[in-house]
Amino acid sequence: MTALEQRSAAPVPRSGRLLGALYAGNARAVLARGLTATRSSNWVVVLSGFLEPVLYLLSLGIGLGSVIGTVRAGSGAEIGYAAYIAPALLAVSAMNGAIMDSTWNVFFKMHFSKLYQGMVSTSLGPFDVALGEIALALLRGALYALGFLVIMQALGLNLAWTALLALPAILLIAAGFASVGMAVTSFVKTFQQMEWIQFFLLPMFLFSATFYPITVYPPPIQVLVQVFPLYHGVELVRGLTTGILEPGMLLHVLYYVVMVALGIVFTTRRLRALFLD
Amino acid sequence: MTAVIAAEALEKRYGDVAAVDGISFEVQAGEAFGLLGPNGAGKSTTMRMLGAVSSRTGGTLSILGLDPDRSGPEIRAQLGVVPQTDNLDRELRVRDNLLVYGRYFGMSRRDLGPRADALLEFAQLADRAKAKVDELSGGMKRRLTIARALVNDPRILLLDEPTTGLDPQARHILWDRLFRLKEQGTTLVLTTHYMDEAEQLCDRLVVVDKGVIMAEGSPAELIARYSSREVLEVRFGSEHNVRVAEQLTGLGDRVEVLPDRILVYTDNGERELAAIVGQGLSPITSLVRRSSLEDVFLRLTGRSLVE
Repeated sequence: MTALEQRSAAPVPRSGRLLGALYAGNARAVLARGLTATRSSNWVVVLSGFLEPVLYLLSLGIGLGSVIGTVRAGSGAEIGYAAYIAPALLAVSAMNGAIMDSTWNVFFKMHFSKLYQGMVSTSLGPFDVALGEIALALLRGALYALGFLVIMQALGLNLAWTALLALPAILLIAAGFASVGMAVTSFVKTFQQMEWIQFFLLPMFLFSATFYPITVYPPPIQVLVQVFPLYHGVELVRGLTTGILEPGMLLHVLYYVVMVALGIVFTTRRLRALFLD
Repeated sequence: MTAVIAAEALEKRYGDVAAVDGISFEVQAGEAFGLLGPNGAGKSTTMRMLGAVSSRTGGTLSILGLDPDRSGPEIRAQLGVVPQTDNLDRELRVRDNLLVYGRYFGMSRRDLGPRADALLEFAQLADRAKAKVDELSGGMKRRLTIARALVNDPRILLLDEPTTGLDPQARHILWDRLFRLKEQGTTLVLTTHYMDEAEQLCDRLVVVDKGVIMAEGSPAELIARYSSREVLEVRFGSEHNVRVAEQLTGLGDRVEVLPDRILVYTDNGERELAAIVGQGLSPITSLVRRSSLEDVFLRLTGRSLVE
């Protein structure tokens, strides 16, 4: 047997697969790596991202809420202020988890630990890396949000059985922010630019109908708010936990589906440009 | 013999700059093949193309009979890569580095456990299995990187400056490990700018400079072709070397004057030294040594510093 006929220990992917050189169908190895690495991560940092929306809920929802009383939700029903902002903060919680992983952690892996360089020198393709890393960020977002949902239930802020559907909605929202977060981060070269991402997130958090209905804005501002993703997450989750369902919620879902798709496509292309030149 | 790598007029351009400017070579199965050259010669760029992570801009390249432009993942599945700077996963412990890397190749957990243990043994890191990567010394990290590159039992191992930055003890341990791999029939392709490393490890090598191949052959062939059997080094003091050298023309095959010493390339260094002393000249120091790849390298790529 000549050396050419020998097989290496690793399975050799076949040519002509879907997405060819971009995808080895092994994103789970990237995700598994992330979960193994998470074991050694700093849990104080992990918890801080989770606590932020919880503190807002306690301060604004319970505290300020006792002064405000009730708010008129979409269809006209009056609901308690805490129950009004809790779903918004649930969406923020999913966003925070996904963003933290897909921005800072990805930035570090890209520029300092050279992790992705190592990955693409194996049989993994950039699509595997993108999917696996986005899934990891999504999981963190989902974990934050799940914890938040439990707190909401304990405080009696889930007003309808449809709150259960908030779970898949949270996954979708986390996936949207994870994929776009990673796509944006893949273009970022310096720490200063990373700060801009944080700078952009704060106003989005404050003005996306998080703490009051979007109808307080004049129409042009309403359109502007609706351009950004958080508003759609807030309204989707609010509909589900309050049980005030509207057909327009499907548009919010569509917004996130498009967001996920664009994020994955851009991340994959960028990883390819960076590491498979 | 079968060629596992065949490059023909291989070229990589970044804009107007040609990092690799039309090089051709073949690597046979089981061979240890070296790419020698000064910094910026195009070694690393060539290695990235061989590793199927960088596309060529001209020429043809075949790795294990496949075209890296079309079959990148298939090729990479059968390669082991040791990059110039360690990119171990610092968030994972030593043994986990091997397990996780094996998963990237789609290998099963069941196969990976024993494989990781055997590789740790090979890399002399078995007692460090649970250590954090940051706790390892430079030499240990390098050995772990090599162990990691072997996890998929690659047909070709690519090593980019494997011992740069290591102390002599660590280098010798590493050479020993690489030599064992060579004995087991692993095809090695390595870049280096250490001539002793190339002489120790390479069956055949090419000297690359400014993106082109200057010479090709086994270390012994290159020395025979581009240098003499021995070199006599004499010093007369920096101020006298040039003047003295005029009196030495015709000695040996060739006389080279450096600021600090004069080199006489010859078959018999002692005889030339006797001739010099016979002329009434008395060098401050004299040294007769075997010609080395370093002499070949400096002759081919010049003595001026390229930065």
